[in-house]
Amino acid sequence: MHNAIQAEGLVKRYGETKALDGVDLVVPQGRLLGVLGPNGAGKTTAVRILATLLRPDAGRATVNGFDVQRQAHQVRTLIGLTGQYAAVDEMLTGVENLLMIGRLLGLSRSAARARADELLRRFDLADAGGRATKTYSGGMRRRLDLAASLVGRPQVLFLDEPTTGLDPRSRTELWGVVRGLMADGVTVLLTTQYLEEADQLADDIVVFDHGRVIASGTSDQLKSTTGAQVLEVRPLQEGHLDLVVQVVTDVVGEAPEVSGGRATAAVRDPAVVPAIVRRLDDLGVVASELTLRKSSLDEVFLALTGHRAEDEPSDEKQEVLV
Amino acid sequence: MTALTTVTAPVARRPTAGATVRQTMTLAWRSLVQIKHNPWELLDLSIQPIMFLVLFTYVFGGAISGSTGDYLQFALPGLLVQNALFYTLSTAIGLNTDITKGVFDRLRSLPIARTAPLSGRIIADTFKQMWAFALLVGFGMILGFRVTTSVVGLLGALALLVVVALAMSWMSVLIGLKASSPEKVQMIAFSTMMPLTFTSSALVPSATFPGWLQAWSDVNPVTHLADAIRGLMIGGEVAGPVLVSLLWAAGFMIVFAPLAIRVFRSRA
Repeated sequence: MHNAIQAEGLVKRYGETKALDGVDLVVPQGRLLGVLGPNGAGKTTAVRILATLLRPDAGRATVNGFDVQRQAHQVRTLIGLTGQYAAVDEMLTGVENLLMIGRLLGLSRSAARARADELLRRFDLADAGGRATKTYSGGMRRRLDLAASLVGRPQVLFLDEPTTGLDPRSRTELWGVVRGLMADGVTVLLTTQYLEEADQLADDIVVFDHGRVIASGTSDQLKSTTGAQVLEVRPLQEGHLDLVVQVVTDVVGEAPEVSGGRATAAVRDPAVVPAIVRRLDDLGVVASELTLRKSSLDEVFLALTGHRAEDEPSDEKQEVLV
Repeated sequence: MTALTTVTAPVARRPTAGATVRQTMTLAWRSLVQIKHNPWELLDLSIQPIMFLVLFTYVFGGAISGSTGDYLQFALPGLLVQNALFYTLSTAIGLNTDITKGVFDRLRSLPIARTAPLSGRIIADTFKQMWAFALLVGFGMILGFRVTTSVVGLLGALALLVVVALAMSWMSVLIGLKASSPEKVQMIAFSTMMPLTFTSSALVPSATFPGWLQAWSDVNPVTHLADAIRGLMIGGEVAGPVLVSLLWAAGFMIVFAPLAIRVFRSRA
């Protein structure tokens, strides 16, 4: 299959720190690659290199076969970019923002106007189109920003944390828009800190940490890379929790985590489940909940990196306070 | 999915000259249409110089020149210079705002001429310069200012200010690319332009300055520019001050244009 995005050995240094430390990426045409990682993992740097905004110190990358460094102009004719911050001109109206992009892309005045109206309708901004965008809400700005990146009907779209800072409703709306683009056959590279977002949208996922790809695969593959499934047992009577912990420890060979009246343990052998059920039955413990499930991406991330995906920003804040 | 169905049209390696001009004009339009939605910018642009004009004329005028009318005649050309120099920094503020808001990155990700975001902005700012010039001169005339040379002299003054402002805009571009925020730009603008214009002969005759300040005032480029504009509008020596002003402008360009272009390249 034809690869829309291909990157090999991308390296980018900022002084001492390596923002990217040898990153390879492949996105087949028409697929959505989710790039998952905490703040400072190098996601944005990778997007900026692929979108021709930044030169890598080493490595090479192509978009639809065009080299992002030597054929930057050709790459720019193919791509759309929506960054972390809604890059719209706050002094202009929604219509004017889109008109400007259309005219810059060589559309005639009337064609640019028609395209602007079409996109504003599609993104539910038709009523606000005549207002200066500084009066828009955060969600509206993001939608306009996304609309701006679609004026030129890009074949490859870069979405850099498109839902960071959005409320849940706006986020779900934006997901709907991205799914619609996928249906149109657009190739998408989406970065996110939210595991749920990658889980919801991505065909394939790569996990970034400290400028490296530390895991890749489909959501299901990643969930099984830790080799473990998750067993959760909640006794009907809270007083039985100690017994449950005892039984799980005996059978699994490792003490479970206890929280919220529930014991949670990673298991590799599904045969432990009937064994636990039998032991609990013998002890007269009734379980109100007993599940065996695949690890969530959150748990996968924790297992891969030793820290949780969404903890990082608050850690930084704490450091500043201390 | 076969190669046959995905054949892409040959893609140009860079925008044509015609496209570059069109893109520049689109971005100039974008800077000018902002004013429509942000009357405050228009106020900054017109009210502030008018306020200066009125304050200087009626507060200091009598004390400096004996009568407000005489002072207005003397100071208006100097205020035009001060205003034009201050306004060159708006290029820096606009550029810096684009960078911090991400608009600059959006423009750079488009298949447009690399120079268009810069040239479009500078063209728009030149229009704004001319607007501010017309406004100040017009308002000055209402207060009693008279151009005593000719229309050619007036247009010459405008042309000289525009040329100097264009040369200065390279410094402005450099500041705009380097500063961490638009507020910083404003601070830099104020703390460099203010002393520069006040230690020149733009607003007061330098005859009463102490010796060392007079020595500085004599080399201060703002002095030469103010003298040139004064000569063009109300008479006096023209050739000398115009030549020195143009040399200063050329010097500015020679120093700042390569620096600005290098920083711009590294970002673009």
